Amino acid sequence: MWTRIKSWAIAFWRTMRRPSVHYSLGFLTLGGFVAGLLFWGAFNTALEATNTEAFCTGCHEMHDNVFQELKSTIHYSNRSGVRATCPDCHVPHNWTDKIARKMQASKEVWGKIFGTIDTREKFLDHRLELAEHEWARLKANDSLECRNCHNYASMDLTRQSSRAAEIHKRWLGSGEKTCIDCHKGIAHHLPDMAGVPQG
Amino acid sequence: MRDKPLIAIGLLVLIVVAAVAFMAGRKAANTPPPVTATAATSANLPSPGAKPAAEEAPQGNQIDAMRRGIPVNQEGAVPSLAHVENADIKRNRAYPMQPPTIPHSIDNYQVDKNSNRCLLCHARANADKFQAPPVSVTHYMDRDDQFLATISPRRYFCNQCHVVQTDAKPLVANNFKDIDTILSEQPEHKAN
Repeated sequence: MWTRIKSWAIAFWRTMRRPSVHYSLGFLTLGGFVAGLLFWGAFNTALEATNTEAFCTGCHEMHDNVFQELKSTIHYSNRSGVRATCPDCHVPHNWTDKIARKMQASKEVWGKIFGTIDTREKFLDHRLELAEHEWARLKANDSLECRNCHNYASMDLTRQSSRAAEIHKRWLGSGEKTCIDCHKGIAHHLPDMAGVPQG
Repeated sequence: MRDKPLIAIGLLVLIVVAAVAFMAGRKAANTPPPVTATAATSANLPSPGAKPAAEEAPQGNQIDAMRRGIPVNQEGAVPSLAHVENADIKRNRAYPMQPPTIPHSIDNYQVDKNSNRCLLCHARANADKFQAPPVSVTHYMDRDDQFLATISPRRYFCNQCHVVQTDAKPLVANNFKDIDTILSEQPEHKAN
């Protein structure tokens, strides 16, 4: 078995490092370019397809728990009809960070296959842990996903309630705190918060 | 069929009662409704006798808060939803022990076994950080007046007593006068 694999690998290596006999250089470069184009297009399409709310809520774990909780919040239903979908908050928008997050998400595929949270009870048991991952992520990147839409420089404090304006100016404006420090549980219900600092 | 005359009499009585009730109902419908409807209602409902007075407080023996005096055979216009005042302007208490109203919106505040959003700012330990009025010390006492380290479980659900301030009109008439009003009226009575 091992010898067969070895001989096959050696033959493959010899073919690869020998110059082409039948195909022209032009065909190989252009063919490589077109193949690369097709590969990249397919890769990106697949990546974007996994970055939609329909994909996220395709699993009952997301659809029956967190998605239902989102529906009553301002990020789902509001005056002007602007919506934040799952990936807007849970997946970084720029490419390298997105790919890094997608690789981490392989853990979630594992969880799906082995049914880590496939019942309501299991989900509630894991809820604090799952939430803490998200809080840690948003704390580490200075609430980047919030700030993709909510820009402090563009916040008109005079149009906020005086209480909100005061607190934003004092804590967010000074950079002492970041969005997630106070706005935990803004889109989903909170787990037992005993011992978790809020605000 | 010995009961035949009995059944006939019964039917006759029933018809007479129904006719009387019908006439009475028609008469009641024609009399002006006890309370004037709001501007929107009266515009939509040209009911006989409805006064076009707008935005009037409920008067008299109004107990029909849900129907706002609209006859039962007519459909009232739905009043617009009240808006929550979010201006941080505290209202006076109507009587000394009234739980103060909340001068800001509390949309989607989670108050349950897991978390209490109100206490994030109003707990005595956090009040200075958010410049929020701390909850009264009475809320840390159990029913035997013993102080507890945290909020008393019987006071945990803020919305049982405290409500947001809205621009809604009163639904029922209310003649309540607070003690200050009564005291200020005293000299007039003496003069009379």
